[in-house]
Amino acid sequence: MTVLDDELQQLKEKILKMGSLVEEALKNSIQALVERDNALAQRVIDNDRVVNTLDVEIDEDSIRLIALRQPMAGNLRFITTAMKITTDMERMGDLAVNIAERAIELNEEPILKPYIDIPRMREIAQGMMRDALDAFVRKDKKLATEVIMRDDEVDDLKHDVLQELAFFMAQDPTTVSRAMKISFVAQYLERLADHATNIAEMVIYLVEGKIIRHMIHPPETA
Amino acid sequence: MAGKIELEVKGLNFYYSGNIHALKKINLTVYRNTVTSLIGPSGCGKTTLLRCFNRMHDLYPGNRYQGEVLFQGDNILSGGTDLINLRSRIGMVFQKPTPFPMSIFDNIAYGLKLKGVKKRAELSEKVEKALVHAALWNEVKDKLGAGAYALSGGQQQRLVIARALAVDPEVLLFDEPTSALDPISTAKIEELTEVLKKDVTIVIVTHNMQQAARISDWTGFLMLGELIEFDRTDKIFTAPSEKLTEDYVTGRFG
Repeated sequence: MTVLDDELQQLKEKILKMGSLVEEALKNSIQALVERDNALAQRVIDNDRVVNTLDVEIDEDSIRLIALRQPMAGNLRFITTAMKITTDMERMGDLAVNIAERAIELNEEPILKPYIDIPRMREIAQGMMRDALDAFVRKDKKLATEVIMRDDEVDDLKHDVLQELAFFMAQDPTTVSRAMKISFVAQYLERLADHATNIAEMVIYLVEGKIIRHMIHPPETA
Repeated sequence: MAGKIELEVKGLNFYYSGNIHALKKINLTVYRNTVTSLIGPSGCGKTTLLRCFNRMHDLYPGNRYQGEVLFQGDNILSGGTDLINLRSRIGMVFQKPTPFPMSIFDNIAYGLKLKGVKKRAELSEKVEKALVHAALWNEVKDKLGAGAYALSGGQQQRLVIARALAVDPEVLLFDEPTSALDPISTAKIEELTEVLKKDVTIVIVTHNMQQAARISDWTGFLMLGELIEFDRTDKIFTAPSEKLTEDYVTGRFG
């Protein structure tokens, strides 16, 4: 094992650590919302510091590796991918914090309606993120492609949630403040899924060396 | 990570015969069990500085040192220094491999015999240890009696490193050790430095900036006989303090 192999392994471990922290933050943020648990929401907000530290560390490590080891081909793509997906993961962490903040605000008012689609969105977004990172570790193009396909489900659910909330607001203006906050949560979840999609797209770059962002047609399944 | 100090250069000036001022007030510290690179454009004095560490300049008349080079605290520029002993403690590897015209075994055994090792068993053991250490053993163990010139350039260079290692040096000086080698042999030598620094301190002069970046912990950048900047290698190659260093490592001159 060369020095570079060793350092790339350490980089990978940091990325996975960051990924598991963000995944946990996402899960807890929605749990805090559904179960009206302020303490849990606060924990999500506080723990984001660790994610931010890792974001900086991974960037610094990557820059150092590029400067000192002159990585080529697959190694170069790995480091580029690492830098880009940590940016996505850092944003995902921030979105989980945003959900936790809205949860705390919503807990000050009576519950508007039971949450059904929001936990479902969370489940899909979280699954997308986990699979995108799995695909990254295993360099699995097929799995990455599936993640990208799943983004539409989250978009559709968001559409349903917003329509339902619009109906509430039209019927009863006293629900506007709560319905707005829940709409934000749906929007955050939709963004979370977008970031998971970005990660999956970078995995395809990692495997194939092809940048597929902004392509009109999604890539064919391998 | 600054650990124990191996070599300390204090206010060093060096003049080649004819009073050519080649090194100007150099101050620099080499830490034990690290790799230190010296980089800079041709004629900057990096090889001149390297050769001060084992007083190679003494081989030619008219050269003059001024200042101090402390090796484990003792000034090796002082009059009483035993140069034979110094050069076995501070070994040197050159640009072109310099095997002796004798067998692989004898190349390594040569220095050991000079140091008084005579027993065949002890010689064999030490030769094997040195070849293993230099990552050459597996390639030559079945042909130790063959002439050293039968080896490839990269193997010859590792043989020379093994020869230097056989006498248990504390410091190894590398003067562009891979500039005559192909990329694969170069990679082997580079990986070797990573292993060797566990036991010895390495100072390397290289024309290849990327090599300095890859293998060293500390880097000194010299220009026109002056040490412009000396710092951790990651600092030098990601955010140097001096504009001149920045210009050199980004390829604006040199």
